[in-house]
Amino acid sequence: MLGELPLDINLKHCKACGICYAICPRKALAGDKLGKVYMSDPDKCTKCGICEAHCPDYVIFVRRDKK
Amino acid sequence: MRPDLQELFRMEKLPHIWCPGCGHGIIMRAIAEAIKESGIDMDKTVIVSGIGCSSRAPGYMNFDTCHTIHGRALAFATGIKLANPELNVFVITGDGDATAIGGNHFIHAARRNIDLNVILFNNNIYGMTGGQYSPLTPTGSKATTSPYGNVERNFDIPTLAIAAGASYVGRGTAYHDKLLKDLIIAGINNKGFSLIEAISMCPTSFGRRNKLGNAAKMLELQKTAAINVKAAQKLPPEKLEGKFLIGELHNKPAPEFTEEYDKLIAKLRKEAEQ
Ligand SMILES: Cc1ncc(C[n+]2csc(CCOP(=O)(O)OP(=O)(O)O)c2C)c(N)n1
Repeated sequence: MLGELPLDINLKHCKACGICYAICPRKALAGDKLGKVYMSDPDKCTKCGICEAHCPDYVIFVRRDKK
Repeated sequence: MRPDLQELFRMEKLPHIWCPGCGHGIIMRAIAEAIKESGIDMDKTVIVSGIGCSSRAPGYMNFDTCHTIHGRALAFATGIKLANPELNVFVITGDGDATAIGGNHFIHAARRNIDLNVILFNNNIYGMTGGQYSPLTPTGSKATTSPYGNVERNFDIPTLAIAAGASYVGRGTAYHDKLLKDLIIAGINNKGFSLIEAISMCPTSFGRRNKLGNAAKMLELQKTAAINVKAAQKLPPEKLEGKFLIGELHNKPAPEFTEEYDKLIAKLRKEAEQ
């Protein structure tokens, strides 16, 4: 689907710990003013899933069915 | 969360109460993934815990769960397993819960080789009560009760479990989440006492006081300080200094307590009939 991000992010549960954007090997994620995650560069995302696996709050889900 | 994992959680109870960057959430998911992948019957699975931040985990998991008293998770779990040996019984416990107040239950459950899957969340500290040192706080580390550095030596909990009689022992970390999941599955498949030490992190009460940086830095530390046992076998001892081993540390099947108990009952019944 056009315009859809590779990651599903449930911001309501994000506690701004910063693990996901520190661990992202491609720097596709970043923190906003409050430290909560957003996709700063979706094109760089390879859907490796390392952010999903290390988010302690289950905020991130990789949409594996779509590019 | 991955849609296929949602049935394993009480989704309405999330987000959990753990602090930002607490490793416990990563470990809880690894347990859920392991249960899912192992294919065991969720309706025949019980998760028991004691008291502590880690022991809050079963409250978020969609199983028959038991949040018991401090240090006594293994005693409750022993009763559950003995009363109904066909249940898969998991124990979620912390380093304080399992090795301080619950230390005696720990060694005797291991000694009996009762078929329990114990996942010990080790964050090196009493997280829930604000950061007192535990028997797994490394020597020299700061805690509220060791402001100048811990003078005590810490347990190596896998070694203790092996010496006490556990038949399966492994160690993973929040960083090595896939390994952790695989170890938990191996523990499920082991008929006997399985101890999986899961290295967690407490940025709030341990990391900050010991200047270890934020949660991401503490995860990175797990990555750099851990060496897989298989790789370690090929390394000279000086290369292992300051490192800890991860992977399958012990796998030696032994007679299981509830099976031996049932055998004894069957034998005595037969004798009584004759
Ligand atoms: C009998 C009893 N003694 C002491 C306490 C206080 N207490 C609650 S949690 C806890 C320590 C928990 O530490 P740990 O098992 O390492 O779990 P964590 O919170 O770090 O995950 C203590 C001492 C208690 N609840 N009950």
